[in-house]
Amino acid sequence: MTDVANAIVLLLNFVIVPGVAYGSQLALGALGVTLIFGILRFANFAHGDVMAFGTMVVLLTTWWFQGMGVSIAPLPTALIALPFGIVGAAAFNLAADSVVFRFYRRRKSPPVILLIASVGVMFALQGIVRFIIGPDDRRLADGARFIIKASEFKAATGLKEGLAIKLSQGLTLAVAAIAVAALFWFLHRTRAGKAMRAYSDNEDLALLSGVSPDRVVFYAWLIAATLAAVAGTMYGIDKSYKPFTYFQLLLPIFASAILGGIGHPIGAVAGGFIVALSETAVTYAYKKFLRYLVPESWEPSGLMQLLSTDYKLAISFVILVVVLLVRPTGIFRGRVLS
Amino acid sequence: MRTPIHAPWLRTAGLRTPLLFAGMAVLLIAVGVGQSWVVSLSILNLCLISAIMALGLNMQWGYAGLLNVGVMGFAALGGLAGVLISQSPVAEAWSAGGAGLGIALAVVAAAALLIVLLRRFVRRRALRTAGTAIVLVAGFFIARIFFDPAVDEIERIDSATTGYLGGAGLPIILSWAVGGLLAAGAAWLIGKVALGLRSDYFAIATLGIAEIVITVIKNEDWLSRGVKNVTGLDRPVPYEIDLQQSPWFLELVHWLGADPITGSSIFVKLCYAALFALVLIAIVWLAERALNSPWGRMMRAIRDNEDAAAAMGKDVTRRHMQIFVLGAAVMGIAGAMLTTLDGQFTPGSYQPLRFTFLVWVMVIVGGSGNNWGAVFGGFLVWFVWVEAEPAGFWLMDVITAGLPEDNPLRAHLLDSAAYMRLIVMGLILLIVMRFSPRGIIPERRGR
Repeated sequence: MTDVANAIVLLLNFVIVPGVAYGSQLALGALGVTLIFGILRFANFAHGDVMAFGTMVVLLTTWWFQGMGVSIAPLPTALIALPFGIVGAAAFNLAADSVVFRFYRRRKSPPVILLIASVGVMFALQGIVRFIIGPDDRRLADGARFIIKASEFKAATGLKEGLAIKLSQGLTLAVAAIAVAALFWFLHRTRAGKAMRAYSDNEDLALLSGVSPDRVVFYAWLIAATLAAVAGTMYGIDKSYKPFTYFQLLLPIFASAILGGIGHPIGAVAGGFIVALSETAVTYAYKKFLRYLVPESWEPSGLMQLLSTDYKLAISFVILVVVLLVRPTGIFRGRVLS
Repeated sequence: MRTPIHAPWLRTAGLRTPLLFAGMAVLLIAVGVGQSWVVSLSILNLCLISAIMALGLNMQWGYAGLLNVGVMGFAALGGLAGVLISQSPVAEAWSAGGAGLGIALAVVAAAALLIVLLRRFVRRRALRTAGTAIVLVAGFFIARIFFDPAVDEIERIDSATTGYLGGAGLPIILSWAVGGLLAAGAAWLIGKVALGLRSDYFAIATLGIAEIVITVIKNEDWLSRGVKNVTGLDRPVPYEIDLQQSPWFLELVHWLGADPITGSSIFVKLCYAALFALVLIAIVWLAERALNSPWGRMMRAIRDNEDAAAAMGKDVTRRHMQIFVLGAAVMGIAGAMLTTLDGQFTPGSYQPLRFTFLVWVMVIVGGSGNNWGAVFGGFLVWFVWVEAEPAGFWLMDVITAGLPEDNPLRAHLLDSAAYMRLIVMGLILLIVMRFSPRGIIPERRGR
């Protein structure tokens, strides 16, 4: 029986816990992409870099707070700097909309044009972020490191395998839960949220009912920026802050959004967790896990790893391609892009 | 909103295009005089390669409206051909792991065949799906049984210098054609999967597939040493060091009154430029012929209205596949040429920003749908990409000239000046899209 418990703890520690934390970060990112898609009808290639921008503001504010000696230990200082990052990202998104995207929207340009324009915004934003803070890897986390330490867990349960939960992982999940709950409350309970859903479902009908398109678009950029800043900051606290990784995150984020059904918020959340968990599950070496479960003579000789960890990024795309082939609307029947 | 012009091509093919290219030549000469001829020629060489890459993308996006965001993958496959063709084969590695690898390959092929048969002949949907999944999983594990030990063997052999299968030991110039074929083959496979998707999905799918291609090249060390890189590739042109010792060259340099070392470097770069220019001219000629043929008109008709073209009896999916494969082949050729010019294959250097999005800027800025536009875009954008760095540095130096040498703000701005090129690229793209949406040399219409 302890063997089974050990095996489960092992899996929890190396697959489930990191997967869930990463999944919440992806879910937050995918919600932003899906929202912009639902309202503005284009895939925003600049979203990853908006995350980087928001997180950069958080990082700068954190340094400022740390310099002044402000701290909320044991929680990371970045948490109180987060509102500044949200304001920064929102300001950027709204500025980008009024300078770049509004023009094409008014002309009713095809979505592809907006997509290519977002590539231009992405270029400029990458330059701005690197210009201000540079391309280096930076630490965003401070304060306590663990909620449960592996050694404490072992002592408490008497198992051979330890379970460690980092503070950043717990925080990520909590913050993501709050953000998602707030978003759903907004979308379903407030006037503005209902207007957004109506606009996303049927633009013409919503306009006829007196929904103001400018307001809806304004809220969409605002919420996407908020989610981007939160997602970026949580990812930065959990791992570290490096502008280039945020650009790379764009790929699994798109995969999550499409997997769940693009334009569909619940789908985006589900997609984020599915992508993250499959990434960790497929690249985990199951040798030790199996050793607990099978008789000694059956013990596997190899690492029992399906794919090397270097293929992490590829997995989200294999999932994406399979979903696109088998069920192009995604799990939750989002809209089919055209 | 198109204004009718009686002879629209007069506007583009008349004076504007030659003037623009003349301006480009003046810029390159200015760099030659102002900085150095070596710098100017290295920019020119990469301009030529960029122009070819942009031509490839222009076929897909400009002629046919395919939103391919996976240029990087095709360029990398072309580069891989450089290694696979020119490096000499590693006989020990072949004897150690060749058989195992062959069996693994055969297993994969058998599984693929089985899946194709299953999907063709089994009627029940559930059975078909389950069968496909089983064959897929079983094939994966069986192939791994042969694949893993073979790869270990190959990578163990002299891993500091080889540790891979090597290439065919042929002249590297052949890799330009082979790179094109390799990329075309990959495009065919990708097209089978992704071409049915609509624009945004297709973009994201190609973005992801390119990323997968790079990941595979980076990690499969038995194929091309992965991130350990393959350096010292064969060259289609003479080496500087040989030139510096050959009497005819020394005489030539002496006659020109130049320094033999700089002279040899310039001579080598000129050789490359001549080769690249030949390829570029050939591709532009073919592309122009194709674009102005009935086939080209059909492509544009499909791009402008798929449904109408389909109603006229055009096979949209097949034509899309055709142009996707052709464009990818051109990108593969450019990728192989780039590896040849670098003399090394470094999978770590393939970044989507540089190899996909920059090519997009070239096509959009140059003028999508116009071959000369794509070529000009390739030249101009590459030139700006390279020269934005010294220009940004100079600008920052001027701005901060009033500050003392050790001022931290001055130091930071000077350090960051290199990132100006990203901002400049974004701005160029956005400004051209806004104020000249059809590009600098727009597509010719109205015929």
